[in-house]
Amino acid sequence: MNKRFTWFNVTALTLGFVFLYLPITILVVYSFNSSKLVTVWAGFSFKWYGAVFANKGFMDAAIVTLKVGLISSTLATILGTMAAYVLVRAGRFRGRTLFSGMIYAPLVVPDVITGLSLLLLFISIGFSRGITTIVLAHATFSMCYVSVVVSSRLVSFDRSLEEAALDLGCSPFDAFRNVTLPIIAPAVISGWLLAFTLSLDDLVISTFASGPSATTLPMKIYSQVRLGVSPEINALSSIMIGVVTIGVIMSSIISKRSAVRRQRQEQEALAQI
Amino acid sequence: MPNIRRLILIAVPYTWLLLLFLVPFLIVFKMSLSDQALAIPPYTPTFQFSAGWDGLKAMFSAFDLENFTWLSEDNLYWKAYLSSLQIALFSTILSLLIGFPIAYGMANASAAWRPTLMMLVILPFWTSFLIRVYAWIGILGTNGYLNQVLLWTGVIDEPLVILNTNIAVYIGIVYTYLPFMVLPIYATLEKLDMDLLEAAEDLGCSRFEAFWLITFPLARAGVIAGCFLVFIPVVGEFVIPSLLGGSRTLMIGKVLWDEFFSNRDWPVASAVAVVLLLILIVPIILFQRQQQRAQEAKQ
Repeated sequence: MNKRFTWFNVTALTLGFVFLYLPITILVVYSFNSSKLVTVWAGFSFKWYGAVFANKGFMDAAIVTLKVGLISSTLATILGTMAAYVLVRAGRFRGRTLFSGMIYAPLVVPDVITGLSLLLLFISIGFSRGITTIVLAHATFSMCYVSVVVSSRLVSFDRSLEEAALDLGCSPFDAFRNVTLPIIAPAVISGWLLAFTLSLDDLVISTFASGPSATTLPMKIYSQVRLGVSPEINALSSIMIGVVTIGVIMSSIISKRSAVRRQRQEQEALAQI
Repeated sequence: MPNIRRLILIAVPYTWLLLLFLVPFLIVFKMSLSDQALAIPPYTPTFQFSAGWDGLKAMFSAFDLENFTWLSEDNLYWKAYLSSLQIALFSTILSLLIGFPIAYGMANASAAWRPTLMMLVILPFWTSFLIRVYAWIGILGTNGYLNQVLLWTGVIDEPLVILNTNIAVYIGIVYTYLPFMVLPIYATLEKLDMDLLEAAEDLGCSRFEAFWLITFPLARAGVIAGCFLVFIPVVGEFVIPSLLGGSRTLMIGKVLWDEFFSNRDWPVASAVAVVLLLILIVPIILFQRQQQRAQEAKQ
């Protein structure tokens, strides 16, 4: 262990992680509380989980949320990867400053403004609001996150590999598919995951972009939470936390394994030379 | 890259962003110059394509700055802008004070531990923002877990009123935005050459002096990025003040939301958005410059 890893560091990390995790832990623990009164423990029970799955409103909203998330994150990944390619590889072109401005600005513009502006757009062109408009809105802000993630990978990548493929007779598209894409794939995948979770998570922009026909899970949760804490929402939240935790841990294990495998392959290739 | 291919590659994301990011902003700007009306859509003037050029002229002549005059005359808006900036500033400072030691501890941990610690910081960020805010309602309420523990241990006799005050808003903001502060700082600290610190100590610096003269300046890029990433979105935050704040919590994101959804005054909501954007434009441009510089440095 590093000699600089002092008691100060240990305390900072311990307190920091307690602060980050205690609220979520309490929430999950109390989701198994059988009492209707959320703050009074009355015994262990799964009954609120049953209530969540029996609640048609939640289930419908969950389906809308998943649909929006899958479609918008896929769109965002395609657009964001293209945008990253333009930022890193296309060199100078007219309007480049505006382009990079439009990539970075959505990361920091408050949600209420993005939501309001999109709603006014949809209304002024007479686009009826529903799942489609939420998808368009989500794809727009998440493509910027994807392009930031992918461009940081593109920057660090050895361009001569691509040039070698072109010299050896690959078409530019084949070179992209066979050389560039496999190398930037981890970034593209994590960009997709980021876009997907951003979409699942969004409340403000969805509320502006959706019409009466489409309600996402965060919109549903928000309307209930405003009335106070409820055991059903605790159970629903715990399910969502569980799914995300498993997803994140699995994807990190997979990416670690593939990194190890790649390293081994590279070493074997070098050994043959 | 052949020209056609390059053109398509640039044109697709460019057009998308123009249509769904830039044009909507211009519409907000236009709306902020319009007047509220009891109609559908609830504003005037509206533009009809059939009216052609004259219709366009009529529309422009109906624009005025009335909404902005209204914003400057009504105290509510000024107070809301100022209090949003104040809340954002204090919570940025708080996040820095709490986040820096965490990032520092992570950077000093052994290499074997770092990926796990990193994952522990990122994991809450993947969990729903709404749920993380919601978790605090149960903790901070009058009958909440915090009050139960404090009453039970005898620290207090009367339950503390925290929920629906600005304190709850600060707690909620620091809690949800902490990863945005920790990660950029950790990224710079991780690259820091520890030999520099040893050299400084060998040359007679105290540990604190070494930190202040070497670690902190070298971590500056991360600190600045973290502060921007917390400050800018917090100014326009809606969910946290709406769930954890009370009637006396004034934040402009909430004012905009109410103006739009409760009062149905779209022109005033748009004017609120335009002014908010003007306030944020300076930090946003500074942030972009810094990001671009960081990326060029990598290239």
